[in-house]
Amino acid sequence: MGILDFLKRKPEPTATVARERLRIIVAQERSTRGAPDYLPMMRNELLEVIKKYVHVDIEAININLERDSGHEILELSVTLPDGKSAGKAGSEAKTG
Amino acid sequence: MTAEIIVVTSGKGGVGKTTTSASLATGLAMAGKKVAVIDFDVGLRNLDLIMGCERRVVYDFINVVHGEATLKQSLIKDKRHDNLYVLAASQTRDKDALTQEGVEKVLDGLSEDGFDYVVCDSPAGIEKGAHLAMYFADHAVVVVNPEVSSVRDSDRILGLLASKTRRAERGEGAITQHLLLTRYNPARVAIGEMLSVKDVEEILGINVVGVIPESENVLTASNNGIPVIVDANSLAGQAYSDTVARILGEERPLRFIDVPKKGFLQRVFGG
Repeated sequence: MGILDFLKRKPEPTATVARERLRIIVAQERSTRGAPDYLPMMRNELLEVIKKYVHVDIEAININLERDSGHEILELSVTLPDGKSAGKAGSEAKTG
Repeated sequence: MTAEIIVVTSGKGGVGKTTTSASLATGLAMAGKKVAVIDFDVGLRNLDLIMGCERRVVYDFINVVHGEATLKQSLIKDKRHDNLYVLAASQTRDKDALTQEGVEKVLDGLSEDGFDYVVCDSPAGIEKGAHLAMYFADHAVVVVNPEVSSVRDSDRILGLLASKTRRAERGEGAITQHLLLTRYNPARVAIGEMLSVKDVEEILGINVVGVIPESENVLTASNNGIPVIVDANSLAGQAYSDTVARILGEERPLRFIDVPKKGFLQRVFGG
């Protein structure tokens, strides 16, 4: 039993899981902090439009609002899936 | 001379704001400063219990705001420290009783009375009471537990502190932010069951001003109505003393963040 325990791969410590989850959520919430309330809704609508052409997940869309002196930059980035599936989704959209 | 205003806040409830406010205020008084500690939790007064003055509350914060009592009548003098005073929250009035002008009036009054520090014990949440507690602050102590929801809420509060204070609105520079990690259990950190000091610092992007170990003495202290910092034998009390010294500008290394090494006798006889 002792030897088997030794050989078994240890599960990831829960503190590590907590740290990674927090890193992601904190970064996401910071990027939209102080942003207008319509941003999440806009993000969802943009996702619907993009989905017509490419099959992407909501997590693939990243909206970032940056403030410079005097003006704001709304940055939208979409991570497209691998070439193969993207092409397929693209062709489906064309025929549809 | 204006009083330095310190808000003790966290977003999440139950992380140790009132425990911290009581010990911080007492520690500053022990360092010779004239200190007032104010409970901003209208409707849920508790600082009086932790400070051990619950039976001496005659007038409260709202009474002063409404002009029903003077500051002098409402400030409760601490039993142990001559230069420490408590201003209790109101138990019965509605939350709208507290206004920005009212808070400003009380804080100005304390400055005029020669107070060096005013510690504002914020209610949980990000509603009006929490907003008013932080609005006039020069320094903030953000109390955080090594736990996911507390860390996330702290980040939210740090964001509010950077924008929703008088200093920020007037462009007088951001208020000083101090992160205080409480309920820390080095043994659980060592085996990967709890976020470490470094984890929390990295996620929030701010260094801790102190780490308070999880300690039975905190409950004992609140049972007795004596701030834990008064208990110089307790690790939590010593950690709070270090924290107060750091806030006053002294440099002290962090203590009680590693698992205590067992002594020779303990190793031989166990325990």
